Amino acid sequence: MKHIQTVNEPTLQATKTSGGCGECQASCQSACKTSCTVGNQVCESKK
Amino acid sequence: MNNEMSTKIHKFVQNGMYILLDVNSGAVHVIDKMIYDIMDIFNGKNDNEVINNLKSQYAENDLKEALDELHILMDKNQLFAPDIDVPPTFKAKGLVKSLCLMTAHDCNMRCKYCFGDTGEYGGERQLMNNKVGRAAVDYIIEHSGPRKHCEIDFFGGEPLINMPLVKDVTEYVRKREKETGKEFKLTLTTNGLALNDDNIKWLNDNNISLVLSTDGRRETHDNMRPDCGGQPTYDKVMKNFKKCVDSRNGENYYMRGTYTAENLDFTKDVEAMADAGFDILSMEPVVLKDSPYGLTEEMLPEIFAEYDRLTDFYLKRHREGKGFFFFHFNMDLSNGPCVAKRLAGCGAGHEYYAVAANGDLYPCHQFVGRNKYKLGNVFDDLDEGAEDITRYFRESHVMNKERCKTCWAKYFCSGGCHANADLFHDDIRKPYEVGCEIQKKRLECAIAVQAVLSMEKIGKKDYKPASVNC
Ligand code: SF4
Ligand code: SF4
Repeated sequence: MKHIQTVNEPTLQATKTSGGCGECQASCQSACKTSCTVGNQVCESKK
Repeated sequence: MNNEMSTKIHKFVQNGMYILLDVNSGAVHVIDKMIYDIMDIFNGKNDNEVINNLKSQYAENDLKEALDELHILMDKNQLFAPDIDVPPTFKAKGLVKSLCLMTAHDCNMRCKYCFGDTGEYGGERQLMNNKVGRAAVDYIIEHSGPRKHCEIDFFGGEPLINMPLVKDVTEYVRKREKETGKEFKLTLTTNGLALNDDNIKWLNDNNISLVLSTDGRRETHDNMRPDCGGQPTYDKVMKNFKKCVDSRNGENYYMRGTYTAENLDFTKDVEAMADAGFDILSMEPVVLKDSPYGLTEEMLPEIFAEYDRLTDFYLKRHREGKGFFFFHFNMDLSNGPCVAKRLAGCGAGHEYYAVAANGDLYPCHQFVGRNKYKLGNVFDDLDEGAEDITRYFRESHVMNKERCKTCWAKYFCSGGCHANADLFHDDIRKPYEVGCEIQKKRLECAIAVQAVLSMEKIGKKDYKPASVNC
């Protein structure tokens, strides 16, 4: 494409009906922990 | 654009790039200025309206070509992807996957911004005993169901002042792992003052991940993080951290700092950490109410500009081959967590609890000492009525928070910190606004960083869709 460069293979829609396996880390956002926002995480089952 | 469509996308300019995020698919598109302008009007089916509005600015053929490309994205579900419903898992009861042990309600430092009252948590200085620690391990094993991975964070106050407990709990965890087939990840958050050869060796031998707290530059650190006698701690702490990180081959740690109203130029603090030889870094905004160190709305423009500087600095070091890992810019846009996780967020109060030194359970470490949130204790499980609170936490996912529902950042942020919302609004469903604004800026920077890195990877190094004044 000339005007658009997509930079990722998005997966959100693909997982919208799965409940999730729940194996991923807890993700506290507070300053006193290293704030692990979910956006900064990788899916545990894809590691 | 009509409102319904405008909540499905977010467009922004960062680091000379025009970026379009499709909220419900997570697709990130680097676009040119024309598409950026088109997206003010385009709703998926009004091509003629777009052309009529913009033909004085752009050639009609170019507009048509651009619209064709947008339709291709729509066909691939990467633009205006449909809204996402709450997955059914949220009705089920949560499994406890993570505990934070307040090993010591006491500390050997007196950091000025400490939310834990320098360790007291609104109560007395107290150390957790082994009985409580072991009961906490049993608690998580009993309540984690079939989940294999469990986490325990040794937190404080300062956990190194209660090493006998840390050692005993670790030993007990390893024994219980063998009996149950569970796998524990153990983390310890320390200010570094009490690190020494003995405990460093023990922490390495026992595979304990470390979170190391310092604030960056000497003056920033010494200003905010004095010891109990008011003396500076920077030199001691950094010497200990260096020894510790070297001894674990530079792995299995994070160095984290906090910025306050006193160091809004925090890029220099990140730089100081990197120049001191550390390369797994994080810098967090302080959250304080009615404090001279707290961040306010008026400071946001300065904070945003600082994140721009931090982004430039991060990319500069990366290009010079001296790159470092910065927690908030770390984002895997293709392999991020599933929707269920993105909605649920931190899990406080249903998947994650804090255990106070006396064994009381709270939704998380920040709630310790906030009496109405005491949920029970590790010996007797939840108090009567506490299930209502845990259910409320579980159901306080992004789709149940008015502001989050329509926020573009919801699948990255997952609704902010309940403890901060409670602190500012007495309601865990009302996110703390300044935190939201910083979160969104940080996410824009992170998405831009990932876009730049992926463009470089595919060889579009000089990809600059158009000149941008920013
Ligand atoms: S409520 Fe806030 S401090 Fe507590 S675990 Fe969640 S993000 Fe962390
Ligand atoms: S907490 Fe704030 S930034 Fe996060 S999703 Fe909600 S409104 Fe958006």
